[in-house]
Amino acid sequence: MTELELWSYGVVGATFALYIGIAVWARASTTSEFYVAGGGIHPIANGMATAADWMSAASFISMAGMIAFGGYGGSVFLMGWTGGYVLLALLLAPYLRKFGKFTVPEFIGDRYYSQSARVVAVICLILASVTYVIGQMTGIGVAFSRFLGVSYEIGILVGMGIVAVYAILGGMKGITYTQIAQYIVLIFAYTVPAVFIALTLTGVAIPQIGLGGTYIGDDSGISLLAKLDQVVTDLGFKQYTTQVMGSTLNMFVYTLSLMIGTAGLPHVIIRFFTVPKVKDARYSAGWALIFIAILYTTAPAVGAMARLNLMDTIQIGPVGSETGNLVYDERPEWFKRWETTGLLKFEDKNGDGRIQYYNDANPAFVAKAEEFGWKGNEMVTVNNDIMVLANPEIANLPAWVVALVVAGGLAAALSTAAGLLLAISSSISHDLLKGVMMPKISEKSELLAGRIAMIGAILLAGYLGLNPPGFAAGTVALAFGLAASSIFPAIMLGIFSKRTNNIGAIVGMVTGITVTLLYVFQHKGIFFVKGTEFLMPELGMGANWFLGITPEAFGAVGALANFMAAILVSMLTAPPPEHIRHLVEDVRVPRGAGVATGH
Amino acid sequence: MTPDKRSDYWSANLRLLTVLLIIWFIVSFGFGILLVEPLNAISLGGYPLGFWFAQQGSIYIFVVLIFVYAALMSRLDKKFDVEED
Repeated sequence: MTELELWSYGVVGATFALYIGIAVWARASTTSEFYVAGGGIHPIANGMATAADWMSAASFISMAGMIAFGGYGGSVFLMGWTGGYVLLALLLAPYLRKFGKFTVPEFIGDRYYSQSARVVAVICLILASVTYVIGQMTGIGVAFSRFLGVSYEIGILVGMGIVAVYAILGGMKGITYTQIAQYIVLIFAYTVPAVFIALTLTGVAIPQIGLGGTYIGDDSGISLLAKLDQVVTDLGFKQYTTQVMGSTLNMFVYTLSLMIGTAGLPHVIIRFFTVPKVKDARYSAGWALIFIAILYTTAPAVGAMARLNLMDTIQIGPVGSETGNLVYDERPEWFKRWETTGLLKFEDKNGDGRIQYYNDANPAFVAKAEEFGWKGNEMVTVNNDIMVLANPEIANLPAWVVALVVAGGLAAALSTAAGLLLAISSSISHDLLKGVMMPKISEKSELLAGRIAMIGAILLAGYLGLNPPGFAAGTVALAFGLAASSIFPAIMLGIFSKRTNNIGAIVGMVTGITVTLLYVFQHKGIFFVKGTEFLMPELGMGANWFLGITPEAFGAVGALANFMAAILVSMLTAPPPEHIRHLVEDVRVPRGAGVATGH
Repeated sequence: MTPDKRSDYWSANLRLLTVLLIIWFIVSFGFGILLVEPLNAISLGGYPLGFWFAQQGSIYIFVVLIFVYAALMSRLDKKFDVEED
């Protein structure tokens, strides 16, 4: 076993032992503990658990890479995935906490006095959460197979086993305390390498300041970002600090979609049912965002610095000079290691034994490159995820730091998976079983049903992790699109408009989902099945035909359609009954909030 | 609580929400996206200002907005005597 594997086993083993220890300590004995951790979680503790719940394998592993290669364009993820918390804190969380029930579909069903509305919400919730959870399972499998020398399948099975122990035993209570531990592991794992790298490149230990600091790798005295702009444009890439994603309009709509989607994701919303008071729900959202912001403001520094390190590793001298490019046989160890995974791939197109990494889609630079005798970009694959996973190795950090990153990635994936699994199982046992099919079920039987639903959800997630369907790649388009276009508008109107009625809400949700899914499926295939795309360029419906908006960014358009349909239809049909108007008035005032209950 | 007081409380809440959401919009969609180019002409340390808002500043301001909302709402709850027991 190598030193790295030894460290990885040690650190990952220790964190897993901790999670299981917490699970045994925090068992749930009532439905209230199983669904909302008994409603007694301190707002700061809940903030930390929310942060771990929220920050997934994508936030931890992929986001910095998306920023590294997207530059300024990557800002949509930073603003979108944090700005949603403002909407959550101001528009949804306190009122839903006051409402005081266990699940999101339960609010929608009660507010719109309609079992159909509740079932539509359950379907959206399950579709969004299942799509989301597959990404976490594959993340776990990848981390295991890359670093711990076991197969992808065994990795997923171990991950399922760990989640099963604390989610089945403890429900929301076990998940909450485990998530707090997982937050500490993941934030430590994310910031330690970032601090080392910021110190090396800028001499400043705080990455957020280092990113705006002076580059100390040469004597030029220019800022790190200016240096990065220069290095990438010298090789024909777009300028880092100004490259946009699509267009300004696309970035605007994309950011808005991610914000609304974030606020509408059920596994995040249900975390606010666990605090004792309405006031706590408001503050807890703020604490959650502080804990999230620690990672989200570090990520752009990690992205920019990793990109600079990568460019400098390959382009060792002036662009175009004979010895300016790294000799392939002299490539560093980490390069070789990541080549075996396929995430990094080199092809010696001009046969000179050196690596040329440049933008061969830029015609102006290609002309120049030909003069140098370059025959195309030779780094044919540079996967986004490498930017975080290989970052410590690129920066020559010790093996224990690499091991820490592995444990952090696993913590991020496990904590998000557990939150999603709870949202899925509670909507099955509480909304479908108790709410619709067997209203008279006893609390003890419902608790048992919750545990069985959890086992079912874990098995399903594991199965889909082992056999990822096409739609696994559509987390952003599907999960955020659905949350933005169906759940968010339904809840918001339910609180802010007394006039919105059952028919309006159902028509609104169905319209929002239809508009969003049609656009996504039109581009990516029906449920992402290849060959079923139905773009119609001859009718003016080519790629991104609607104002140049990409399918991932379309949730906000779906949400707008939902709002308009719901308001219009409500105005044309009978107003909600008197007791619903009282319910809305009651939700708007904090006094009288008890612990969340199921009746 | 009388219906009048109830609706005063709700209007005060809506006014506060509106002000905070306008700031939320300006720092992210305004400074971070629509006005990013002109703002990039100004620098904040080594950061072009628009880029800083998009990748750092908006996030810090989001945090502040939520805490300001929570604090002012607690005060409002007290003023209208609707805080929890």
